[in-house]
Amino acid sequence: MATTPVLPGGFELPLEPRLPRLGSVDAVALEERAASLATRSIKRDSKVFALDLAIRVMDLTTLEGADTPGKVAALASKGIRPDPSDASVPSVAAICVYPNLVPYAVERTKGTNVKVAAVATAFPSGQSSMDVKLLETREVIDAGAHEVDMVINRGAFLSGRYAEVYDEIVRVKEVCAGRAHLKVILETGELGTYDNVRRASLLAIAGGADFIKTSTGKLASSATLPVQLCMLEVIRDVHEETGRVVGMKAAGGIRQAKQAIQFLVQVHETLGLAWLTPDRYRLGASTLLNDVLMQIHKEKTGRYQNPDYFTVD
Amino acid sequence: MTERKREVARRPDTAAIPTAWEYAPAPESREVVHLQDRYGLFIGGQFVEPLSNERYTTIDPAREAPLAEVAQAGKADVDRAVKAARAAYAESWSRIRPSERAKYLFRIARILQERSREFAVLESMNGGKPIRESRDVDLPLAAAHFFYYAGWADKLEYAFPHRTPRPLGVAGQIIPWNFPLLMLAWKIAPALAAGNTVVLKPAETTPLTALLFCDVVRQAELPPGVVNIVTGDGRTGAELVSHPDVNKIAFTGSTEVGKAIQKTLAGTGKRLTLELGGKAANIIFDDAPLDQAVEGIVNGIYFNQGHVCCAGSRLLVEESIYETVISKLKRRMQTLRIGDPLDKNTDVGAINSKQQLDKIGSLVQAGIDEGAEIYQPPCKLPERGYWFAPTVFTNVAQSYRIAQEEIFGPVLSVLTFRTPDEAIEKANNTPYGLSAGVWTEKGSRILAMAQRLRAGVVWANTYNRFDPASPFGGYKESGFGREGGRHGLEPYVLLDGA
Repeated sequence: MATTPVLPGGFELPLEPRLPRLGSVDAVALEERAASLATRSIKRDSKVFALDLAIRVMDLTTLEGADTPGKVAALASKGIRPDPSDASVPSVAAICVYPNLVPYAVERTKGTNVKVAAVATAFPSGQSSMDVKLLETREVIDAGAHEVDMVINRGAFLSGRYAEVYDEIVRVKEVCAGRAHLKVILETGELGTYDNVRRASLLAIAGGADFIKTSTGKLASSATLPVQLCMLEVIRDVHEETGRVVGMKAAGGIRQAKQAIQFLVQVHETLGLAWLTPDRYRLGASTLLNDVLMQIHKEKTGRYQNPDYFTVD
Repeated sequence: MTERKREVARRPDTAAIPTAWEYAPAPESREVVHLQDRYGLFIGGQFVEPLSNERYTTIDPAREAPLAEVAQAGKADVDRAVKAARAAYAESWSRIRPSERAKYLFRIARILQERSREFAVLESMNGGKPIRESRDVDLPLAAAHFFYYAGWADKLEYAFPHRTPRPLGVAGQIIPWNFPLLMLAWKIAPALAAGNTVVLKPAETTPLTALLFCDVVRQAELPPGVVNIVTGDGRTGAELVSHPDVNKIAFTGSTEVGKAIQKTLAGTGKRLTLELGGKAANIIFDDAPLDQAVEGIVNGIYFNQGHVCCAGSRLLVEESIYETVISKLKRRMQTLRIGDPLDKNTDVGAINSKQQLDKIGSLVQAGIDEGAEIYQPPCKLPERGYWFAPTVFTNVAQSYRIAQEEIFGPVLSVLTFRTPDEAIEKANNTPYGLSAGVWTEKGSRILAMAQRLRAGVVWANTYNRFDPASPFGGYKESGFGREGGRHGLEPYVLLDGA
């Protein structure tokens, strides 16, 4: 069991490696910067590069009550080879599914580069006991998931019990250590302020997150450009001060290629090209892929293809 | 699916991952602008040939390419323009109902919105500023100023309760080259709303959007002579200032010229407002939201290539966060994109003129000679045109010229402070007093600082933000009189008893 650190009001985390000071975020200026970066005009070669990249960093996701082994298998096939008519289109980074569907995703992606990510810890609400959360994490890893997407305890966070949030992350991390990458979902739509997003990001990183992730995708307010910027700035501060590399995953509400490019541009201009690899950046999305494929086709041929030519999986 | 097929299906891992993501050029089309080869003077509702018979060529500073020939108005031309303005004042503008004046101003505002792309492109062509700024800042704000003052035109008695505001007559207005159309809007909108007619002289290097604005004036069917535009250099301005039949002079530009104008006008009874230079302090406290403060620093000094009278050209950083702020700032500067002003991704455009480039260069050299440490991010400047890399000076002493004089370019001088008192002392220790910025999480500190800073505008946790409803103007050698808001009407009205 992890030691619960004693955290006074402002949570001075007694952590190694050292973390940057908590700091604060100005909402108006943050949103202004995000809006200004969103006006970047990405055309021709640079657009093709971005579209290709959007696929390479994509966590192709299905998180529905109606998911079946068949649905997961179809999604995995799509992820491995998104456009059967064009071999130059890369595979996605990972397939992201619910715990009991992990075996089917693992089976279908065997022998490919495509990883399997599983949501765990009573996703999406996280409202369950610690034992259940740990058990679930252990099970998905045993079933072959390469990546675990956990949710933080927002109830504890919002009531100021930061130590509890931290402790949960540390314990899930202990289960993952050496076996699976840990992505920590902050569910920023429930955190209310950018100051809280920053605080939760630091907490997750301190707890051992390999990636910090915006959302479950189950809320109306999911990944937004200012929220991602806020989180990228934390990652940048941690990297500047400690050298530690933490990845970023934006998920939820990114449905169009144009949006995806805006998220990528923001990463590019905040953390640089070094972060634009599947090891450090992910876009979680369920319906984005076909729009990206359509745009790639358009860039290559100069015209839009009928949507019927893109498989619906 | 067999293993072999899967191999084919995915791209090999060795696929080259580019080392850079170069954005392809994304130029805004110049086609939308239709320039004439030469322009006359806009007097009495039409373009007329200059009596002076003198002309000069106005250029695109980013390409050093000529754009058009414009007139250099002489004494007789200015006189003709003032006469036209006087006639329009007497015969139409002072007689029509205020609600009619409002109607014309609303029309102008709407036409500017409709033609905003055309104006934005021309502004960037003639001035060198990035299209992102002319499109997202200059044009929306110019239209907003006309909308705002249109609303005041028939409500002047509410702006000055228990007084009876009356127009002054003919206003002579001289504007700078940094925000050509926006400064025109700042000048013309309140003057017309209050019932005056105007003769406006755009800056020598940037006359084209003012000349295109004449087209808007005609489109709005403004009575002839209400707005007159005379182009030319400082000599034209001097003729306008000394013309006996002008009731008011409004000038935005350098402190040096402002002082000369004030001397000329002494004892003439003409009203005067001056909006002059600045050397604003942008003050960063240790509890500031740092990443946003860095954006504010960048926006404060590199916005419009630093050609901004209220630019945050002196950065005052609390010593405890100095290293962090400087490293964040340098990192951010590396992402600034310098180049073609018409490219939609350009952050920093061209320097407005050769003369200004030389001035920036000589002050930067002075900074180096005095012992300040210079940093410029690696960037490739275009070969043709006037360019200056974004620059930051550290190790700057308060006594250095770069900490005292207005550079009016993308050059930032960094100083440090230890306590709020020291910040105030350093910030106020300048002959100027136009603007200042304060970055802190503490609301009470913002109010305390704003009260003690001798500056007309104090921004808190933001910088270079403008709104037509907010008055703008300076203390000390930054001038007097306010533009914008209800205060901006005052220089254009005669109040009973005055």
